[in-house]
Amino acid sequence: MVSPNPSLAGGTSADSTHQLLPDVVIRLAGNSQDGIQSIGGFLARLAGRSEQEVMTFMTIPSTISGGPSIFQVRMGSGEILTSGDSADFLVAFYQHSYDAHINALRPGGVLIYDSDHVKPNPDDKRFTNVGIAITSGTIEAAGGTGKDKGKNIFVLGLIARIFDLNLDKLRQLIQERIGSKGDDAARAALLAFDAGYAHPVENLLGHLYRFTTGTPQQQVRPTVTTDGNTALTYGLIAAGVRYGAAYPITPWSSIMEVLRTEFTRYGGLFIQAEDEIAAISHALGFAYSGHLAVTGSSGPGLSLKMEALGWAGMAELPLIVINVQRGGPSTGMPTSVEQSDLLQALYGSHGDNPRVVLSPKNVEDCFYIALEAGRIALEYRTPVIILSDQAIATRIEAFEEPDLAKHLVQVKPDLTPRPADFKPYPLDGISRHAPPGTKMLSGKYPTVTGLEHDELGHPTGSPVLHAKMNAKRREKIKQLAASLPVPEVYGDESGEVLVVGWGCTYGPIREGVMRLRSGDAPLQAGHMHLRHLSPLPPGIGEIFKRYKHVVAAEINDEGLYGYGQLASLLRATYANPAIRSLCKTDGLVYKVSEIIAGVKKIIAAV
Amino acid sequence: MSTETSTAPASPAVNLPLSKKTLTSDHPTWCPGCGDFAILNVYYRVLEKLQYPQESIVTFAGIGCSSRMPYFVNSHGGHYIHGRSLPFAAAISLGRPDVHVFNFGGDGDGFSIGGNHLTHAARKNTNMTYVIMDNSVYGLTKKQTSPTSPIGFKSKTDPTGAMDRPINPMRTLLNSGATFVARSHAAQIGHMTEMMERAARHNGFSVVEILSECVEFYDGAFDAAVPRKGGAFQTIELRKNDGTSEDTLRHDPTDEVAAFKLAGLEWPGKFGVFFEVKRPTKNELEAGLVARAREKTKNASDLDLLKGAFARMR
Repeated sequence: MVSPNPSLAGGTSADSTHQLLPDVVIRLAGNSQDGIQSIGGFLARLAGRSEQEVMTFMTIPSTISGGPSIFQVRMGSGEILTSGDSADFLVAFYQHSYDAHINALRPGGVLIYDSDHVKPNPDDKRFTNVGIAITSGTIEAAGGTGKDKGKNIFVLGLIARIFDLNLDKLRQLIQERIGSKGDDAARAALLAFDAGYAHPVENLLGHLYRFTTGTPQQQVRPTVTTDGNTALTYGLIAAGVRYGAAYPITPWSSIMEVLRTEFTRYGGLFIQAEDEIAAISHALGFAYSGHLAVTGSSGPGLSLKMEALGWAGMAELPLIVINVQRGGPSTGMPTSVEQSDLLQALYGSHGDNPRVVLSPKNVEDCFYIALEAGRIALEYRTPVIILSDQAIATRIEAFEEPDLAKHLVQVKPDLTPRPADFKPYPLDGISRHAPPGTKMLSGKYPTVTGLEHDELGHPTGSPVLHAKMNAKRREKIKQLAASLPVPEVYGDESGEVLVVGWGCTYGPIREGVMRLRSGDAPLQAGHMHLRHLSPLPPGIGEIFKRYKHVVAAEINDEGLYGYGQLASLLRATYANPAIRSLCKTDGLVYKVSEIIAGVKKIIAAV
Repeated sequence: MSTETSTAPASPAVNLPLSKKTLTSDHPTWCPGCGDFAILNVYYRVLEKLQYPQESIVTFAGIGCSSRMPYFVNSHGGHYIHGRSLPFAAAISLGRPDVHVFNFGGDGDGFSIGGNHLTHAARKNTNMTYVIMDNSVYGLTKKQTSPTSPIGFKSKTDPTGAMDRPINPMRTLLNSGATFVARSHAAQIGHMTEMMERAARHNGFSVVEILSECVEFYDGAFDAAVPRKGGAFQTIELRKNDGTSEDTLRHDPTDEVAAFKLAGLEWPGKFGVFFEVKRPTKNELEAGLVARAREKTKNASDLDLLKGAFARMR
């Protein structure tokens, strides 16, 4: 096959019926009730259990039921960094699916459509069109009263035949996933699967495909397959978080849904609060009680939490605050990706309130970023904001299971009696709050407070003390900054351009820089991805000086002065005029081609 | 919820019995003559009576004159943001079943900016005591209309007199589902002590509204209930269930409709326990959820639970 994604190029025939390919991008377009997410889930899980890597991308309409929905999965051997710029295969369930997504299929790609519902444009000769009666085929195979329920599984069978997937593993997955709904459901699903698999699709395609054998991954533990919100959820548990509170909002909610049940199994508690402010207040009450606690939300909810977050900075309590970003401002685009809450996270409270802000670079990193947030919160007695986003939250990736025994942290309230000279807010050290239940050997019990205070926590109006306390709160965050590792640079250590990113842009930037460095006119290019957005790690200013251009690529608006939110922060911090901005707000993750074109355009313009 | 904590070595400090002396902290910053002094003294008295271990007492508050309380009490405590102290304090109660939580606030904190939290803290019936020190004026910010200011009250925000119908605190609390609702007056030390002690001993969300005069900005606000100023302090006689005919005339505190009627009496109304019922607390319900979940896991270790979660992702 001819691939649009350069990494696909070079497939050679394995035998007369199967063509080899390194990886493939399949887009499934239907309605949200058709279970196309679950086909994606099956494929992702299968890839996880095989030698293949996987990355998915999905959109779910924000309407309650029904409506168009897509799932894109890229699977294959080798490192998969993005879900693919364009699809090699498009499965269209309905006419509207065809109409909306046919241009996402690369020329030369394969259109598989449900001939019961879709009439492709006969004049469009760009693709190999394969019409299959998916709906009637499913009804015929599964029978019963389920009507066309199960056509997703029919398509899964079809895909299994086309790509020579492991039948035993897929059947086992179907048993595991659908078997819980009863024997009849599992039997019907397997009948639909077999019917899809039995379809002689090679007669229409000309041949079938097989993935090249990947290099066996050098990993000790098994591969797991999950989405970013789930990885973050279990990262929090590993970090020792056992208490929390939140209010539902998309795309954050799935984290709180799982925590509500999971925490009880660990002896903890998660409260559904009456609103966002109550949620952070509950979480701070847990923190004050001596627990490591979490609250979370998406953009609008974080705005509501800001006053309390400022209090937490002042009172110096540990807390993890998650913001699964979505398109803003206001209600904005609740089910689309955006990275426009960075400045809110950094500066969204009144007064001077130096923040700790972290961001995971992919699904796997969601687990580790939660551990890092817990570590910093406890060590520096400070709230820590994690900026995830809709893309990372909802997409599925395969990665090596973390070393859980190594990472699991246990947090218990420290009720050791505090000595007579105990000060809750010492000027020469990091505050160590004494939770209730702790005996104070001085006989004096402490008050945590949002008023400016002296070392013992008594309110003060002293301008001298206010300046000293501001400095104390600032210095502890600077101390954290100094302890962070210098960010790694991928690619060229110096040269033409360094592309800097944060959050979900990791894959597209990495693949984009890989391609900028190869090809006919290779550039000396590097990629730096920031997981610590505040405080910024040391050494960044020096690294920037080694490049002619520094391009911060992010999914937010270029603002009033032509710079995105990270670019603004970096320019203000390093005062380096080489820092430029690559921005967009179309609600979608970057395509690799957009990164390449954007970087080239910036270089050419300067 | 987990009550397991790091083990505290035996304290060399002598556990002194709680007294006003051991409970006194910073000198109160209230204006001379403020009703809040009496409430602070009653709080000391109630703690003296209850004799909880000193380290297990939490005195918490939001923002306002009344909310300065934690600084004046030598216990663990906190001074939070305006109107939001209830969810914070409720989490202390839920996160640490070994401590006793007292939350203080004013009419602005409880009925205006924090009104939503009051409703939900009450319906969830978290085990804690909330004392609302109601002066019917914003005193800390120097005389603006409060949610309990009567119609016609002249303030800096209503120079021609307040026009909005005031909150009826008792009705609001009854509606919200609080399981102990009482009303008292800062000029009545004995009555206040009784109400606050009963509230503290109640298992569930208990609220006492105390009329506390702001001599600076709303002088004489509650004189109608002060006998020495010509008013009448009428208390609610509670049913004794002694079978006598006069007992049927006494108030049954489990009767929500009767309580609602009492709350509608003409100003200054009556003082005492309006409502008191037993309902499962959120503390008990959540602890039950945890107990069942733990049983289902067969008391698996955290590591085994986490490994199980990842095994399901393979």
